[in-house]
Amino acid sequence: MHVFLLELGVILLVLAVLADVAGRLGLSAVPLFLLVGLALGEGGLHDLGASAEFVGVAGEIGVLLLLLLLGLEFSAAEFTSSMRRHAPSGLVDLVLNAPVGYLAGLALGYEWQACLALAGVTWISSSGIVARLMEDLQRTGFRETPAVLSVLVLEDIAMAVFLPLLVVVLAGGTPLAAAGAVAAALAVVGVVLVATRHLGHHLGRLLGHDDDEQVLLRVLGLMLVVAGLTYLVDASAAVGAFLVGLAIPTGTADRAREVLRPLRDLFAALFFLSFGLEVTPTSLVPFLPAAAALALVSALTKLATGGYAASRDGVARRGRLRAGGALVARGEFSIVIAGLAVAAGYEDIGPLASAYVVLLGILGPVLARYADQVRLPTSRAAPTDGPSAPPAA
Amino acid sequence: MEVTEILLPGVGVRYEFMTAAGQRVGIVARRDGEFDLVRYHRPADPDAAETLLTLAREEAEALADILGAPRIVERFADLTREVPGLASATVDLPTGSPYDGEPLGETRCRTLTGASIVAVVRGEDVIAAPTPTEVLHGGDSLVVVGTSAGIDAVRRLLVG
Repeated sequence: MHVFLLELGVILLVLAVLADVAGRLGLSAVPLFLLVGLALGEGGLHDLGASAEFVGVAGEIGVLLLLLLLGLEFSAAEFTSSMRRHAPSGLVDLVLNAPVGYLAGLALGYEWQACLALAGVTWISSSGIVARLMEDLQRTGFRETPAVLSVLVLEDIAMAVFLPLLVVVLAGGTPLAAAGAVAAALAVVGVVLVATRHLGHHLGRLLGHDDDEQVLLRVLGLMLVVAGLTYLVDASAAVGAFLVGLAIPTGTADRAREVLRPLRDLFAALFFLSFGLEVTPTSLVPFLPAAAALALVSALTKLATGGYAASRDGVARRGRLRAGGALVARGEFSIVIAGLAVAAGYEDIGPLASAYVVLLGILGPVLARYADQVRLPTSRAAPTDGPSAPPAA
Repeated sequence: MEVTEILLPGVGVRYEFMTAAGQRVGIVARRDGEFDLVRYHRPADPDAAETLLTLAREEAEALADILGAPRIVERFADLTREVPGLASATVDLPTGSPYDGEPLGETRCRTLTGASIVAVVRGEDVIAAPTPTEVLHGGDSLVVVGTSAGIDAVRRLLVG
């Protein structure tokens, strides 16, 4: 027992120090947590004995909490507004970024199921990293920010459809079964959204309470039960957790978010760690060139995506570059998707996705920051849509 | 003045407008009640915002009160635009009117005209929703809400 406590305690302290360092450098902690996992796993600096099992279980709960909180953040008004303004941006996001992963998978000689997982890995930006970046860099008031956030909202909802599809495909389902899963996922999301509008207040009364402990236990309990049930019907448990988040009405959701956020931070950290644990550092090496190439190409496609989305809002060149830079970071969802692939036996995806997320989890925030400082070619005339007043001091 | 309103998913709402002097101003209203006041002023980068102020909920309310007080009359005008047939106007109480120095209730304004006096503007002060005992003074501006015929009737009533 004492070894378990010691190991876990030391791990958490190391994560705390790294998260602090990352914060000071303006980086995300996610890639660093992955690196710790890599360093500690089999064939690493220290093989976790006593606490490995706990970290694995905690990681599974971490995925559920990540998706639950995502669902809690969701608002139907924001989704419809994002759809209205940025449906084409969401489409461009899919069309530019998903094929990068898919084609890379083909080039590496993987089966199409694994290619589909890789497509998801390169497609979805990290809402966690990007939303945090907007705050840290004080860009909430910038004009390209609504475009960036809209793309994230659309990706989040797309995940609710993509994850069930991927689970069916990875389990060896036929394309017909996969189509069925997509239809079912769309139907369930639709039903949950409509039901929330009409019956949400009942659920709110059931889950809401003045006592934080009650809110915590009720929401967490419901999430685990629903996740368990979705697991039982061979769907992704993570999607079950996401749906629970969607179904909770706004007032209760705000409370639940507040109460659950620290828990999410803890378990999500252990999730990234546990993903790294599964990967042996030496197995990573052969994948480094592929991961680097993938990171480079998919960074460029995200730059283009962000630029397109921002241009729909009439943003000038500098802002378009910033929007693209902000979206480059990949993180939690790429790992969630890769985790599904690894669990289904496509083990190569593990080291490849680890290296990829470490690269873009670090490069993304750097690009977002320096998109503001990099010199733009001045060959084209200065933008004419800006005010012509002299720059104020 | 045109104010555009843009939803910021996960954050709140951003408002943006241009002042008469040509300055672009943005206000980020966050879900948690905080406000950021920003401006856009770089010609080479018109979309970048410089944060001027970050206000907590109470600070924003205090600021709104200070800025909003003299505009109460205009706001009534906005309100009545939304209800067909309802109008609002300010009616000045002339010095020497029969109600100069009399309590508001003495005018029997609503009984006689159907229109209501919803605020009294006296110099810098605004008395919102005055009671019938509020004493009127020559030079007060009364904010009246009712039909346009009712408002005309109030005007005639007050002149005496």
